[in-house]
Order: sequence, then C-alpha cells, then structure tokens
Amino acid sequence: MTDSKTVISCSNVWKLFGKNPSVYLNSIPENTPYDKIANDGYITAVRQVSLNIVEGEMIVIMGLSGSGKSTLVRCFARLLDITKGNIWVDGEDLAKLSETQLIELRRKKMGMVFQNFGLLPHRNVLDNVAFPLEMRGQGVHERRERALEMIELVGLNGREEYYPRELSGGQQQRVGIARSLAIEPDIWFLDEPFSALDPLIRREMQDEFLRLQEMLNKTIVFITHDFDEAIRLADRIAIMKDGAIEQCDTPDQIVLKPATEYVSKFTLEIEKARVVHAKGMLQNPTTEDTRIADFAVSGEKTIQELARILVNEDFDFYPVENSDGKNLGFLNRKEALEVLIGPANA
Amino acid sequence: MLENPIKSDSLLGLSNIIWAYVFLALSLVLVISKGVLPEGIHRPPSFLVFPFADWINAFFVFIRDDLGLIHVSRAVSSGVEWLLDVTANLLYGKHRWPRIGPIPWSAIAATAFIIGYGLGGIRLSLISGGTFVWIALMGQWKWAMETLSVIIVATPIAVLIGLIFGTFAWRSRAFERILNPILNLAQTMPHFAYMIPVVVFIGVGPKAGAIVTVIFAVPPMIRMTLLGLRSVSPEVIEGGKMSGSSGWQLLRFVRIPTARTEILIGVNQVIMQCLAMVVLASFIGMPGLGQKLLQLLQSLKIGKSVEIGISIVLIAITLDRCTQAWAKREPVHFPKGSSILVRNKFLFVWLVLFVLFVILGQFIPILDQVKRNQAFSISAPIEVGVDWLVITLDPITQWIRWFLITWVLIPLRNFYLWVPFTAILALLACFGFKIGGLRSALICTTFFTLIAMTGWWDRTMITVYTVTVAVIIAAIIGFPLGMFASFGERSSKTVLLICDTLQTFPSFIYLIPVVMLFGVNDVAVIGAVVLFAAVPLIRYTIEGLRNVDPQIIEASQMSGANKFQTLFKARLPLAIPTIMVGVNQSVMFSLFMVIIAAFIGTQDLGQEMQRALSFTDVGKGLVLGIIVSFIGLMVDHLIMTWSYSRKQILGIQ
Ligand SMILES: Nc1ncnc2c1ncn2[C@@H]1O[C@H](COP(=O)(O)OP(=O)(O)O)[C@@H](O)[C@H]1O
Ligand SMILES: [Mg+2]
Repeated sequence: MTDSKTVISCSNVWKLFGKNPSVYLNSIPENTPYDKIANDGYITAVRQVSLNIVEGEMIVIMGLSGSGKSTLVRCFARLLDITKGNIWVDGEDLAKLSETQLIELRRKKMGMVFQNFGLLPHRNVLDNVAFPLEMRGQGVHERRERALEMIELVGLNGREEYYPRELSGGQQQRVGIARSLAIEPDIWFLDEPFSALDPLIRREMQDEFLRLQEMLNKTIVFITHDFDEAIRLADRIAIMKDGAIEQCDTPDQIVLKPATEYVSKFTLEIEKARVVHAKGMLQNPTTEDTRIADFAVSGEKTIQELARILVNEDFDFYPVENSDGKNLGFLNRKEALEVLIGPANA
Repeated sequence: MLENPIKSDSLLGLSNIIWAYVFLALSLVLVISKGVLPEGIHRPPSFLVFPFADWINAFFVFIRDDLGLIHVSRAVSSGVEWLLDVTANLLYGKHRWPRIGPIPWSAIAATAFIIGYGLGGIRLSLISGGTFVWIALMGQWKWAMETLSVIIVATPIAVLIGLIFGTFAWRSRAFERILNPILNLAQTMPHFAYMIPVVVFIGVGPKAGAIVTVIFAVPPMIRMTLLGLRSVSPEVIEGGKMSGSSGWQLLRFVRIPTARTEILIGVNQVIMQCLAMVVLASFIGMPGLGQKLLQLLQSLKIGKSVEIGISIVLIAITLDRCTQAWAKREPVHFPKGSSILVRNKFLFVWLVLFVLFVILGQFIPILDQVKRNQAFSISAPIEVGVDWLVITLDPITQWIRWFLITWVLIPLRNFYLWVPFTAILALLACFGFKIGGLRSALICTTFFTLIAMTGWWDRTMITVYTVTVAVIIAAIIGFPLGMFASFGERSSKTVLLICDTLQTFPSFIYLIPVVMLFGVNDVAVIGAVVLFAAVPLIRYTIEGLRNVDPQIIEASQMSGANKFQTLFKARLPLAIPTIMVGVNQSVMFSLFMVIIAAFIGTQDLGQEMQRALSFTDVGKGLVLGIIVSFIGLMVDHLIMTWSYSRKQILGIQ
C-alpha cells in the first residue's frame, strides 16, 4: 500500500467556528489550548490536522460527538472552508478551486452518505438516486438506467417508486448509498451512516457495506463513534479529540501502542484479542534456543481466533504466513497470551 | 434559571423596577395635578404636531406625476385588468376575450368536487362541491364568480412576488433587515390604509380591488418563504451540494421543493388574506359578494345578508380546507406497473365530468345557469326567525345596550379622553421598564409620542378605549369558555376546530349577527370586535392549558389536587405565557375590526379612515394606518417580551 497514490492530503488544517476565525487564529500561538480558545468565543472544530489518505484505503475517523469528525470530512469536500492549512485532493489545492471546478469535482469524484440520509422528500427512490446524474446533465434514459443499476446494487429493486418517508431507516440509507455511488466516485465519504439505525439493521448494513467495498474498492473516509464498527472496517483508524487527531494508525497498533493517554482510555473497554491480528505483532526470535512451532498460523487471524492454538500448542514462537503461504515473521506466544488474557501478575 | 433573561441595562445606576415606579408616580402626579398644569401637558401642544399627511401627499404627487409612476401603475393595472377579463369571461361570461364563457355552473361545481376529493376524500369533496351548488342554487353565482375571479388572479401574483422577495430576503441578511420592519408595519396596518394609495394610482373597480388584494396578501407569503427556506435540513442541502448542484440548481431542485409545506401554508394564508380583502374591497367599488353584503347590511336586510354570509363562509372553509390538505399532503407511490389512467385518475375523471356537464349545460338550461327567478331563497324564514329572536331578546339587548353605554362606554371613553397625554406616556414608560427594561420603555414611548405628533390623539384614544373594552369583554367570555373546554380531550378538539374555522372567516362576516341583534350603533361595533377578538383568546387558552407537561399534571394529581386545584395551581400558571399570546392576537384582531366596523358608526380612527378613503386622501389614510400599526406593534412588543421572559423563568421552551 505504501507505493499507492495519495488521494487526499492535508497539512496543518484548522477550522474554527466563530465571528472572525482567521483573524483570530493568526493572532494566537498554535499551541493555545482548546478551553482558552473557547473562552474567547471560538469553537475549535478541527485543529492542526495533517493526514495522507492513499488510493483504495479505508480510513475510519472516530471520536466522541463534538470532536470534529463531521467538520473534518466536510472540509475534505469543501462543504466548509477551512480556516488555515491546506488540503489537496488528487494533487489539487482545494482552496484554489473555483465554484465551477468544485462542482465539477463533486460531480465526478466525490460521493457522500449522511447520518440522517439527507434524501429529497419530494422525489421517489429512482429520482433521488438519479439526482446527481441529473445535476450533471445526463439524459433521462441514461440516468434512469444507471440509477436502476445502483438500486439493484443496494438491493432495493421493486421500490423505485417509493418515497423516502415510505421506507424504513435502513432502506433510506440504502438509497443514500446508491445516490452517492451513482456517479462512480473515487472518493467516498460516509458520516456515521449507520448510527441512526437499529443495532440489528446496523450489522446487516455493515456486511452490505463490506460487500460493496470489496466490489468497488474505493478510497473511503468513514466516520463512526462505534469502535466495533471501526475495527470491522478500517485499514487505519484516526482518533479525534477536541478537533485534533490523537493517533492515526492500524487498529492493531491503536490497541497495542496507544499514542496518548486519551487513546488508551478510549480503547480501555476493548477486548484487544479481538482486534489484534497475528501479523500485527510480528517479532523475530532473539535467542537461538527458542522453540519454534513446526506449523504456521495465518497472519489474517486475530489473537482471539488463535486462542486454542496459543493455549494448547506449547512453543515460544509460531511462524506467521500470509494468505499465499509466504512467511511474514514470528508470533511470540508469551506476548500473544498477554493480549489474550491480560499481563501475567508480577 | 431564575435570572431575568432580558439584559438589565440599568439607566443611571437605578434598576428597571425603580424606574418603573418613578414613571408610575410621575404618571399619577400628572393625573392628580391636572387642574393646575398648563394645557400643553393635557393635549399634545400644537408645536408638537407636524403635518405628516401633507408631506406624504406631496411625496405621492411627486412620485406619481413628476416621476411618472402613474404610467407604470397604469401599465400594471391594464395587465391585471386583462387577466381579470379572461377569468371574468370564463366564470360569468363577461363580454371579453376569449368570449367562450360562461362555463356552466355545474361543470365548475364538478371541478370543485373533484379537487376536494383528490385532496381530502369524500368529506372535503362534499364541502367544496356543496359550496358551489349552494351558491348556484341561491342565485348568487355571478357575485361569487366576481369575487373568485379576483382571488384567482391575485393569488398567483401574490405568491410569486412573495416567493421572490422571500428568496431575496433569505439570500441577503441586509435585505431581510430592511424588509422586516416594513413587513411588521404592513401586517399591522388596517385594510383600508392599503386601499387609498391604490385608489390614487389605479382608481376604483375590480382592477384596483385585485391590486390591493395582491399587496395585502404578499407579506405572509414572504414570511413563510423565508421560514421554509431556513428550515430545510442542512443534510438535505449538503446532499444536494455533494450531488453536484450549482447554486441555482440547489435553490430550484432542493431548497424550494423541500420547503414545500411551508410555502404551501404561505399559499393558504395568501388565499385567506385575498378573500378577506376582496370582500372589503367593496369599499373601493369591487363588485361581488362583498359589495352585495355591504349594501344589504346598510339597508338592514338581514335575511339576504345571512344568505350571502353563508356563501362567503362556505367559500372560506372550502379554500382553507383544500389548501391545508394540499400543504399537508405526503407523496404516495403508485403500485408498480400502474397505467397512465390510474396514475392520473383524478385528471381523467375531472375531464370526463367537466365535458359531460358542459355538454349537458347546452341542453338542460338549469345546469348551465340558475336564473334569478329560479333561485331558492331562505331569506324569508330567516327574517321571521331573526325578527322573533330580536323581539324575544329585545329586553336583554336593550338592557345590555343601556348598561354598556351608560356605565361602561361613556364613562370609560370620557376618562380616556380626560387623562393628560403626558400621563399616558409616563404610564407606558412604566410598563416598558417593568417588562423589558430601557429598550421597551423607549419603544413604547416613541410609538406614542409619534402618535401624539400626528394630531390624532383624541381619535386614537377612542380607538384604544374601544379595543380595551372589547378585549376585556372578550376575555370575560373567552377565558372561562376556554378553561371549561380544556377539561376534556373531545371538547378541546371540538372547540379548537370551531375556533380555527371561525378564524378563516373574513372579518366582515362578524358584522352580520351583531347588526342583526343591536342594529347599527356603537354597541354593535363593540359586539363585532368582541366576537372577533374572543376567538384567539379561547383558542390559546385551550392550547396553553392542554400543552402543559403531563408529568406536572400527574405530579399535582398525586399530591391530591382535585380538578380545579390542578387547573388553578398547576395548569394555569404554566399556561399563562401561551394565553398571553392569545391576548396579543386578540388585540391585533380588535384593531383590525374596529377600523372595519367604522362604517356602522364610530368616532374613532376608523371613521376618519373612511373619510380619507372617500376623499382619497393618501396622506391622511397612511398616517391613520400607521397610528393603528404603532398601537399594534407596541402591544405586540410588550406582550411578546413579557411572554418570552415568563417562559424562560418557568423553564418551558
Ligand atoms: N456550523 C457550525 N457553527 C458553529 N459550530 C459548529 C458548526 N458545526 C459544528 N460546530 C461545532 O464544532 C464542533 C465539532 O462538530 P462536529 O464536527 O459536528 O463533531 P462530530 O461530528 O465529531 O460530532 C462541535 O463543538 C460543534 O458544536
Ligand atoms: Mg457528526
């Protein structure tokens, strides 16, 4: 993935809400604390964010509500103008785009799914899905065909003529997804797409989403405040607090090596063994007399999935291989057991 | 939470309450020492009175003749006239292009029936269809169509203007800031104040009626458009933007359609305002139901007036219910594979019925036109009934008249006229400080000082006194009624429905029963105002009492309170802010009604307004209109400020 092309790149991005944010921001040092800024009447929604998102990657942004997740994503789509810093999309400086270029960018490259769906209440499913195509001036037949394709893709065939209010929440979000995909975007933003849904439906929609992602392989920025959702989906997780990204890393690293106290508190309740993969804690045997297993374990498996082996097969290290059978390194049994059942008491 | 939310900007270091008492004391001193103080303290002295009316007249002459606005207005009015002629030809066969009318009444009734059915099912269809059948059978077809043709022409124009202005106000804060006070003024100016400038520019007759109707109906449309555009959910807009909409596309395809309900409620208000105005426009020579009603009332033909009144009421209910149903209608999908016939079934059924009745009308004359001599009339039995009622009630009405005039109206009126104007200003300052601090005190005194400067102080006091008396009587009737109705779920709903329906009636209608009972005099005026003003009072009393948090009620019931204790100790204190909103509306309605009722005999601003109208004195008319508006705005400011701060203190909303 390291050699992939960068799709979104941002450096030192700030977004303040308030009366005169950019003048204010220039007048304070960069390390002014959140509360001080709040006292001056400004909300720090995004703070000093630098991030590179590469092609085909799925990055999940997490954080408590009000931590600036939605604002950050809206800055990526320039639904909001940032107060300071730079954002490049496909190498182009977002702030320098004219209104027409921006609309062009959204018509060709970006799709977005919203928490409360954001559907047009007076248009039926078909017309909602076809809306982005209509906006870019495609012909009636063409857009109808494409919209039907999308409706089929999200499993809503037969409901083309329903109006949003006649659909359940899950179905409405399927419409939202179909609409956002209609223009075949390269970049796909999803702002807590499943938060408004019941837990059962949410699970179903996540599966559906994973299926779509496997088929389409888009660059995705996904917002959630549900850690389970994050670890199911993410290549990388970015954890936000008071507008700043505290840590941005793979789920394994986030739970194994939390960068700040906040992140470790955030992940405290998480069962690490369910998150960490064998390939996430590779190590090389240090001494010669270690006992190495005569079989390999899959790097894609989580420690929890390997629990039986870890408990029953008494070796110091297990070789780890990827799905092609290529050796990746070794898994330290003692450390893996610590992840599984907690550190041994002194 | 118990802090007063209004910023207490203390003046000279003294708190608002102290200032309130200072001004109260000043006011009392002025009243007590009236005898010894110079004349200039009692009546506004002549150096304070400015000839505003002359200035306005000069200004109007300037823009009309020197700037040549008369040509613009002529062009506009001839366009409107053309539209009116087309509808007039279609609806009642006026000899104008396209010369194909009149459409048989039965075909129009069928249209109304189908519209009602499509929007609200069989019940609404019976109301809407029935209305037109009634009108035809009572032989009022031509008058009703004259009235309707104006509504048909004026409504789309008003809606369009309202949409455009509303959209601009939504786009530009600055424009909204300019527009807002104008709208406030416009929505509190009495109907007649609009008519005089229109008479100056357009003249009298149907086109003037249509144009004044448009002007009068635009403000609510602007307000609703603005509200609708503001209330579109941000996610829907972001969804539109992310779908690649340009600014214009966003407005056209996302914002306006999503604001549909609010915009349609605006349309509803426009239509109801149009109806109210078109009935009153009879004063500037607008033919139709309103003119008939005016003539009949003036010659005390009660039976015929009631017939016309019923028609106007039916039209009001039909228009209101249909547009309400339209606004509230949710889109519903058709089953997959439905044919064109099914999808447009109402259109097809309507087409078939329409053509059928047009053809039948050629062969069966009664389905084409109901001639005057074929028409039914219920005026004779009504006259008999009313005569009987009036005679039976005569002792009571006589007594009420005598009592009101000798013991309430005349003393109170004399008192209002006797109080020095400076004392009233001081009293208003006292209220202002008490309710909203310095700002409110300034607003109140400024409005009334300006009124004093117009030279119409005494007339204003008479109007104020009429409104005071009427609102108090309305409260004496309305509060208990509302409280009583609020005890039961069903009775609340029923009374609310009745109030809603009564509120749709053009104000003119309220004159019929009072003229019937009291004849043409000032008790009748008070009666009409009371009737009109009681409706919002009852309505908001019920709403306030019903909307109290059920947990509070349950808590008080569990504390062992009985029905009345719950009402007085729990419900009422919490409902007062809402009830005050009702009082506010009641005052506004009274102001409107006092002016309208002027033609059955008052000596207040309304009478002067009538004179200004008959002499087409724009300056005087506008000054009088603005005085009424100022009274309304001041009361509105005081009550709404009080109600708002009360709500904050109670922690509701
Ligand atoms: N348009 C706005 N105006 C003012 N403050 C805003 C606006 N949008 C968001 N905020 C504030 O910015 C902060 C971050 O909001 P948001 O990005 O929506 O958080 P999240 O999506 O993580 O819940 C919050 O404190 C919120 O109140
Ligand atoms: Mg959010």
